Amino acid sequence: MFDSKQILEWLEEVKDPEIPVLSLVDLGVITRVEFKENKWFVDMTPTFVGCPAMDYMKQDVERVLQEHGIKDFEVRVTLADTWNSDKISEKGRLALKQFGLAPPPGLSTLIDDLSILEHVACPRCNGTHTELRSPFGSTLCRSIHYCHECKEAFEQMKPLGHD
Amino acid sequence: MNEQALKEFLYKMADDTLIIGHRNSEWTGMGPILEEDIAFSSMAQDQIGQSLALFTLLHQLGEQEPDTVAFMRNANQFHNCILTELPNQEYDFSIVRHFLYTTSATLRWDMCTHSSYEPLAQLAKKVKGELRYHSLHARTWIQQLGSATEESISRLQRSLELAMPYALGIFEESPFEKELVAQHIFEGEKRLMEKWLSAIEEVLGKTQLVIPDLKLIQPVLGGRKGQHSEHLQPLLDEMSEVFRTEPGAEW
Ligand SMILES: [Zn+2]
Repeated sequence: MFDSKQILEWLEEVKDPEIPVLSLVDLGVITRVEFKENKWFVDMTPTFVGCPAMDYMKQDVERVLQEHGIKDFEVRVTLADTWNSDKISEKGRLALKQFGLAPPPGLSTLIDDLSILEHVACPRCNGTHTELRSPFGSTLCRSIHYCHECKEAFEQMKPLGHD
Repeated sequence: MNEQALKEFLYKMADDTLIIGHRNSEWTGMGPILEEDIAFSSMAQDQIGQSLALFTLLHQLGEQEPDTVAFMRNANQFHNCILTELPNQEYDFSIVRHFLYTTSATLRWDMCTHSSYEPLAQLAKKVKGELRYHSLHARTWIQQLGSATEESISRLQRSLELAMPYALGIFEESPFEKELVAQHIFEGEKRLMEKWLSAIEEVLGKTQLVIPDLKLIQPVLGGRKGQHSEHLQPLLDEMSEVFRTEPGAEW
């Protein structure tokens, strides 16, 4: 018999296909692992409702559970515990930065006009002499910025939450 | 809960979102600059995902499969407002339409976070965060172009006058308005329109653009009842062609 901690450890190997250094657990997309009525339930929640990788990630979670010999399980995609960018773990934030993607600012600082996006710290030089180029980047969860120090563009995993 | 009223409400939101999402996706590879290309494609992807989520709620209420409902109905079965189906035309029209529509959608979803229909309230909390970026994008461009050069201002002004009668059609009342309000599913189109007007006034007030006198405008209605412009059916044909040739394709 295994416990939910063990299962979460196994799920560390499932990565976000768009950010291959970040596990779904660190991304905060796995919201619950629970044993109920002789069955394991794993709940997942999308970062963005239209996230095209969701089906793929769900299949990956199912594959990992199978490979570890779990027979009775159900992986559910739910909005019951919605994702926000504060759910990314410290380890996850570090992985993002090493990957060259600026981690999102904490939601406590997210003000309504989103001017917080204007001076995001550059993942290369850590400088804040940067500006927002577009709130939409190469994937749904990224925005495009420009660093005046490095004279190069970079992307940020953008803050997402609700109040 | 009045299920018929609820379904009608969900259908109109889902259809608005799907149709505008399709129009926005048509900017892929066509944007005036690369950033705009990406922005409209991203918003389209958000919107198509959001419409799928709404069709999924409808499916849970006994309606057909999301794909079937999205791609197999004819124009007269769609309840989107006509504003969303109008062709993209020039970039200025698209950006004005995007601004008018997104402002209403952001407020509508915000109101839905208080809905007594819990699955909708839950989805609304999620979508609201996403729409913040759509609003930011729309406002930024309207404020920039609406106070830039004489030409950009006059082009935007013309588009605003063209779009306004259709924008008022967003708020065409449903036959279930009373039930929706009484059962706290939704506060109603009237309330939404008030909020929308003050929101667009606030943004346009920072530009050289002038809001046309609403008392002189005849709103273009009918979309909510399935009476559409000639532009919807060709859009649906194109959308379902992609679906029919690649069943189960990612859309
Ligand atoms: Zn830098």
